Amino acid sequence: MIDKSFDSAGAAVADIHDGASVMIGGFGTAGMPDQLIDALIARGVGDLTIINNNAGNGEQGVAALIREGRVKKIICSFPRQSDSHHFDAAYRAGSIELELVPQGNLAARIQAAGAGLGAIFTPTGYGTLLAEGKETREIGGRNYVLEYPIHADFALIKAQQGDRWGNLIYRKTARNFGPIMAMAARTTIAQVSDIVPLGALDPEVIVTPGIFVQRVVEIGRESA
Amino acid sequence: MNRLNRDQMAERVARDIPEGAYVNLGIGLPTKVANYLPQERDIFLQSENGLLGMGPAPAAGEEDWELINAGKQAVTLLSGGAFFHHADSFAMMRGGHLDICVLGAFQVSVHGDLANWHTGESGAIPAVGGAMDLAIGARQTFVMMDLLTKSGESKLVEACTYPLTGLACVSRVYSDLGVFSVGAEGARVIELVDGLSLEDIRKLTGLPLEG
Repeated sequence: MIDKSFDSAGAAVADIHDGASVMIGGFGTAGMPDQLIDALIARGVGDLTIINNNAGNGEQGVAALIREGRVKKIICSFPRQSDSHHFDAAYRAGSIELELVPQGNLAARIQAAGAGLGAIFTPTGYGTLLAEGKETREIGGRNYVLEYPIHADFALIKAQQGDRWGNLIYRKTARNFGPIMAMAARTTIAQVSDIVPLGALDPEVIVTPGIFVQRVVEIGRESA
Repeated sequence: MNRLNRDQMAERVARDIPEGAYVNLGIGLPTKVANYLPQERDIFLQSENGLLGMGPAPAAGEEDWELINAGKQAVTLLSGGAFFHHADSFAMMRGGHLDICVLGAFQVSVHGDLANWHTGESGAIPAVGGAMDLAIGARQTFVMMDLLTKSGESKLVEACTYPLTGLACVSRVYSDLGVFSVGAEGARVIELVDGLSLEDIRKLTGLPLEG
């Protein structure tokens, strides 16, 4: 019997190693898998490359990872916010590397990794600082920039419900990067409010099929 | 001269958004446009974090922090609205499905180049978000901005000096002093506020604008 459910967030992240690349879902705090991140912090590993839309908000989630000095590099689209003080301090101290990627290119590069594409030509960023030094091509009269996929060792995402085969549904705008990160990482770990019996999720509305998910942890509704 | 305030600017932009349009309103000033879209017009507001059919802010105490807009403010979803992931969201822009986006700007060139993401100051932490995707992805990109900086320099310029967000992507500029079209043909005045002449606007912008 295949059962991808894990008893605790700690057990689910127990093999994330120093130097790992880790995608973390969430747009701001919506969809941020706080309990998985707390478990990752508790593991004590560092030198991580983090892929997230932002670079932390307040004290939770990615902000806490940065505060604890665990992040070597962050790949994101929008690091600077009113409550990104832990990133700001690390960046100004030169202790964190930043790769700034336009948000749609970030999504497209993650999706390309999940879909097994070697690269993509995207119109976004053409002629700007963020395309400097990159290969470009004119296709059908429009200019494009060559961008490479973003793969990761792990993805930590948050969903509303999952089952023991790893099928997932999400809640409202907390969906954001979850479905594409699940496809792009070698090991995807989802924290969910509830693990439901097989068949309880309507197959017509499953957003992420279980093939993209290796581990599911029930966090419960109160804390999720 | 009858300079428009921010609400009047938002009202002016709203007048040009037709029924049935799929629209993304950028963070900051453009979000005000939503307040002036007539209720009898079906207009679909997209927010790039993953919703279409965005409604107004919820009542205090009714916020759901998993239902937010791109500015990370609590919003609501209209009946018929939908959620989707980020790759679909940006496909809506890049794929040319979004009719209009309204963005703020530091500068817009007469040819429609946009600078709105980075001042280029050394030491500033850069952040781009969805600005570059929106600018070049929507079928029409409207800019909403004060025409002059606080020190009186025109933000409608011959060529942008700030780092670019996108090339030749803006079609229209809605400002406190008037509305302008920009593009391959250069800039043209569509309308000026009461009490401002073509001669005045040429002086203020330093551009050889025509009506």
